[in-house]
Amino acid sequence: MSKIPHIKSVETRYLEERDRLFQGLQNLDRRKFLKVSTGAAAAALAAGASNHFHSFLPVNVAYAAPGAAGPGFTFAYISDSHLYIKKTNERFVRQLLRAVDDVNKLDPQPDFVFYGGDLAQLGRKEELDLGAQILKNIKAPVHMMVGEHDWFFDMGQHWNQLFGPENYSFDHKGVHFVVLMSVHEKDFWTARGMDPAERMHTVAGLDNAMQSAFEVGGPTRDWLKKDLDKVSKSTPIIVFSHSPLYKLYRPWNFWTDDAEDVQSLFKPFDRVTVLHGHTHQVLTNSIGNIQFHGMLSTAWPWPYAPQGLPALTVQMNRPNPFDSNDGLGDGQIIVHPDGMVDMLYNLWNRNPMQVKASYLSSGGKNDKPIVPTLASY
Amino acid sequence: MKKPVLLALVLTAAALAANADDPAPGAASTKTVKLCDNKTTVEVPNDAPKTRAEGQKISDALMAQWKETNPNSTWEQGEIEAHQVVAPEDNSALVGTGQSSTYGVVTQQTVQVWKNETYKTALYGSKVFHSGDELGSEIAVSCDMCHPRAANTHPETYPKFQPQLGRVAMLRDMINWCIEHPVRGKVLAADDPKMRAMEAYILAQRKGTPLDYGKR
Repeated sequence: MSKIPHIKSVETRYLEERDRLFQGLQNLDRRKFLKVSTGAAAAALAAGASNHFHSFLPVNVAYAAPGAAGPGFTFAYISDSHLYIKKTNERFVRQLLRAVDDVNKLDPQPDFVFYGGDLAQLGRKEELDLGAQILKNIKAPVHMMVGEHDWFFDMGQHWNQLFGPENYSFDHKGVHFVVLMSVHEKDFWTARGMDPAERMHTVAGLDNAMQSAFEVGGPTRDWLKKDLDKVSKSTPIIVFSHSPLYKLYRPWNFWTDDAEDVQSLFKPFDRVTVLHGHTHQVLTNSIGNIQFHGMLSTAWPWPYAPQGLPALTVQMNRPNPFDSNDGLGDGQIIVHPDGMVDMLYNLWNRNPMQVKASYLSSGGKNDKPIVPTLASY
Repeated sequence: MKKPVLLALVLTAAALAANADDPAPGAASTKTVKLCDNKTTVEVPNDAPKTRAEGQKISDALMAQWKETNPNSTWEQGEIEAHQVVAPEDNSALVGTGQSSTYGVVTQQTVQVWKNETYKTALYGSKVFHSGDELGSEIAVSCDMCHPRAANTHPETYPKFQPQLGRVAMLRDMINWCIEHPVRGKVLAADDPKMRAMEAYILAQRKGTPLDYGKR
């Protein structure tokens, strides 16, 4: 018998080709920043089409808009890993490792990786330590945000020890970044005589109505106001918040109780983008000058809320329960020189989805993402 | 509403128990009063005054003891508060009707029994649905992690052909599939009380949704 040459399955070849094309577009986007002619962009599109990748959404080639504030850049995110200790559940651990591999594989590397909160499931020291240990494998610098699952066992004590203060800001290439602790809850535990574990368990149930609504709260809003006072109104702002910073659906705490007060602090600025965790899905909204994007989870996807879904949201396909990593993923954010943000959802085992700033600023007229065939029930 | 019924039960039981255990003349100066669970007892002096207040005291003592040995007795209230399970249809409109029907005259109590028993099944389903321990999960995963308030369980679409299983699936097949795979627990028999309760809960949450079997 002659030796059988190494044969790759149709699926493997498809996925490899898909990766190559996707990666190629990414690289083009970065290396040729501001230099790529529209002709080259068209060629890239044509290449995609000739490879029968009709559903691929090529990464937008950055443009130098009037009033450009910086050079433009990309960063990546990982969010909502909900780690138990390894002995209890290794699946969520594996999924976070997959996301770490994803961001480490990016070429060129993102300027930094942002972690969107809910690193732990029940806020235990061991869970947070495990998460911190895994995230240390990320090559790019990491910025952390806290989620309610990290917080309500010891009210942030261990998280603060590992990662520092829960509210902070920094400037990067002309953009002002703000990281907010937005999952405070009014005390529902004392009156019920709950111990820390019971308090955490109650908050950990998304649909548990015994808990209070999420809020940024007065002290954090004061901090935010002071922080923003130093920033010029033409500086693009990117806000990280675990809760959505708007009101979507209260029964699942897809909600920020003082959303209007927080939004009003951002009103004087020209360009504001909010990236939030918690909702575990492709979620898009626009309120006044603020554009909102949800982040994907690495642990499990949430269904879309039965009410209150923003009109601009194009749903991701209904996750297939038979594919344990479907509806999950991580992503990249392309920040244009003018500070506007394109959100790239790297959905595992599926084609990526991109929600562009131009889609939002045109009120949904331009660059509409591909609408899925299987929406929520 | 609930307390007087309970009190009446306790007092009936107390009376029965007292009759049965009537001490012989000249024996101990107390008698044993038993709760209707046939386990919980208190000792009452024989010369205790036969007043309502005294009866209340005895029943309170019995209930306090019972609650101590049954700390989870209020789980239904907890489940209602935490997960806001949709209540079953209210059939009060039927009260006073139905004479000579199968059920005889429908009373307020009849309607209440229908409602309570049905609701309790759904509430137990909610309890199982929200607990990795109840589901026997080896990895601390419960149904509500992907299906808050049973969202996206779409019970109205079953039975339907499930290509991933290669056959027509009923709701319970999907429940079992989820228990076996994402939850990593032990599959339930089709008539397991937990399975019946979870079906009840999932259907309860879609109350009012038209049936649409076969829908993708």
